[in-house]
Amino acid sequence: MKLFGNGITRGIHVEHHKNTKNMATETIDLPDRVYLSMVQHIGVRCNPIVGVGEHVDVGQPVGDTDVFFSAPVHASVSGKVVSVEKIMSIMGTMDRHVVIEADGNQTMWEGVKPPVVENTQDFIQAVRSSGIVGLGGAAFPVSVKYSPQNLEMVDTLIVNGAECEPYITSDYRTMMEDTNYIIDGIEATMKWLGLKECYIAIEDNKPEAIAKFYEMLEGKYNIRIVILKSKYPRGAEKVIIRETTGKILLPGKLPADIGVLVSNVATVGFLGKYMATGIPLIDKRITVDGLAVTTPKNLLVPLGTKIYKIIEACGGYKEPPAKIIMGGPMMGRAIYNDGKPLIKNNNAILAFDAKQAHLEEESPCINCGRCIRACPTNLMPTLMNRAYYNNDWEEMKRLNVMACIGCGCCSYVCPSKRMLNIVHSLGKSKIKEMEAAEKNGRL
Amino acid sequence: MEDYKYGNLIIAHSPHIDDGVTTTKIMAQVLIALVPAMGMSVLIFGHRALLLLLICVVFCVLFELLFQRITKRQETIDDLSAVVTGVLLSLNLPSGLPYWQAIIGCFVAIVVAKQIFGGIGHNFVNPAILGRVVLTVSFPQTMTSWPLPNQGFASVDGTTGATPLGEFAKGNLEQLPSNWELFLGTVGGSAGETGAFVLLLGGGFLLVRKIITFETPLAFLGIMVVFSLVAGEDPLFQILAGGAMIGAFFMATDYTTAPLTSKGKIIFGIGCGFLTMLIRLFGAYPEGVSFAILFMNILTPHINRLTETKPKMGTRNV
Repeated sequence: MKLFGNGITRGIHVEHHKNTKNMATETIDLPDRVYLSMVQHIGVRCNPIVGVGEHVDVGQPVGDTDVFFSAPVHASVSGKVVSVEKIMSIMGTMDRHVVIEADGNQTMWEGVKPPVVENTQDFIQAVRSSGIVGLGGAAFPVSVKYSPQNLEMVDTLIVNGAECEPYITSDYRTMMEDTNYIIDGIEATMKWLGLKECYIAIEDNKPEAIAKFYEMLEGKYNIRIVILKSKYPRGAEKVIIRETTGKILLPGKLPADIGVLVSNVATVGFLGKYMATGIPLIDKRITVDGLAVTTPKNLLVPLGTKIYKIIEACGGYKEPPAKIIMGGPMMGRAIYNDGKPLIKNNNAILAFDAKQAHLEEESPCINCGRCIRACPTNLMPTLMNRAYYNNDWEEMKRLNVMACIGCGCCSYVCPSKRMLNIVHSLGKSKIKEMEAAEKNGRL
Repeated sequence: MEDYKYGNLIIAHSPHIDDGVTTTKIMAQVLIALVPAMGMSVLIFGHRALLLLLICVVFCVLFELLFQRITKRQETIDDLSAVVTGVLLSLNLPSGLPYWQAIIGCFVAIVVAKQIFGGIGHNFVNPAILGRVVLTVSFPQTMTSWPLPNQGFASVDGTTGATPLGEFAKGNLEQLPSNWELFLGTVGGSAGETGAFVLLLGGGFLLVRKIITFETPLAFLGIMVVFSLVAGEDPLFQILAGGAMIGAFFMATDYTTAPLTSKGKIIFGIGCGFLTMLIRLFGAYPEGVSFAILFMNILTPHINRLTETKPKMGTRNV
């Protein structure tokens, strides 16, 4: 059954630049070394559970913790652990990385076998063991998301196939190439979590994917396709919930509180495959694009592969890169060198040349109100910008800066090129800091 | 040790792309939208209208540049906002106005209304409107000597006469031009505010290009129509005559001095239209658009405060 998104949420039209749309996923040559970060998720960091000099096989856990709110890390290549070193992550923290030198054999670990699931508890445990985190970008451990306190109240699964970021086509390729796995993943999730309904939400700029799902879902009446208008940021969690179910997430609530779970297509696709094969999360489908890249591609890359190795697999740099972004251009993170390893929630690497990376200088705000008209959350970025430069944190809080989802629409449309999104981020961290300080002061 | 191929890459917060619209491009589109009005004013009022236009533009830019040089502020004349102010001011003046008076108007608009409050984006009243209002109250004689149209380039010191609204205020209803003449602009008045047709053309362009939104002009002109009907006046005459069109599409839609939200813009438009009609029907001046917009400019911060948007979705849980 096909439905249409209710189209009520604001947003902006961005040029899609989906250049790699029709490029089938290629597998990258095995890197000689992988650098597996112990922090590839939101939650408690993992501890290395293998020693230097030890031999590991593909799919063998190399990092884990006793805490549930975490996700284990698995070896993406077979070979020898050569070191455990601290490397600065793209978030700016020094994190431990398990470095494995590949032996080229890719022997599978003996522990890799399809999970045996008999009840919800088994399913959650299997999900945790797979190392899966939200692949849409949030990197929230899926096992935690799938075990809310009010599971009996949750009845709807929203599968996010919006892929509203420009350039990125990895989710589209997943939908085209792993359609069966996605449906298997949805069915497993619905069965073991006791969900009644499922919406697969896809933007209308991907008609082939919509048609493919429509064809394959023939007769499955509890899984519905929702066609969203391609308007950024349709794929943001809050927006997609509102567009598919009409439900609004109130401040401080989780999706489960209003009876829904939201997962990316790549996440459920992985789950479908994992239930069949038992291979944990060891590689990632990513889009490599940008004017500095010789041949933009979609690649299946082992986790921990360094960025420059990935670019080499795309024919290397055409121009010297000026800016490299992990993720899409709207919400991705710029990294300071190309020696960073690939982590679980990466879905794209964009290498911009100097011209593409150039942005205009800031000029005074002219109060045009474009940011207000663009904001999907209905905030007033221009007023928050003013409050920020007045160091008026109370005013920022009053203007609901904490409701900002960081989508960047405001900065994108600003004719004065004000850095509104960064101002919101800084305001949010400042307010969190102040609230924490206040709390500590009281104790 | 970390190995990499390229280091020292640009670090920046997302988003890493923008839509390419700049303040300069917006101002340029406003100027394009004003081209028909400028052309019409020269066509109707002759070379003096052209000279007045050039003088206003040159002096507005010059005053902005001089002020920023003297106060050592960042020079912003390339954003074209001073050019827009100059054009709008000249279109608000009778084409027979002595040049030195027009230059005073430029000074008031750029220096007093805009620069001493901090330049573009910081003024609280519309510069061109303040320029016109100061000239109206300072030089009532010359500011109300409206040259009659169709003099072309032939006459230097053209004959002057009352504007349609002037006749209307005096109660000379039989002297009023037809609405069709008002629509085309072949009547007495300020250089650019008489041709409703060309102003609509420009306003339509701004709407289509999404430089302005429909709320303000619609509320402004709409309330004038309603008011006229209630007061038993000809609504078409009221919105076609005087500065209603240029006010609704070009002055009340000024970004900096008008409210930010949709709701605010509607309130602002209603206020402007209502005050305009009050002044026209009961005030001492025949025309009230400038005063109405000026009043509403002053109220804008309060309207903004009253019409703040509320978030539609919850706070982020990270």
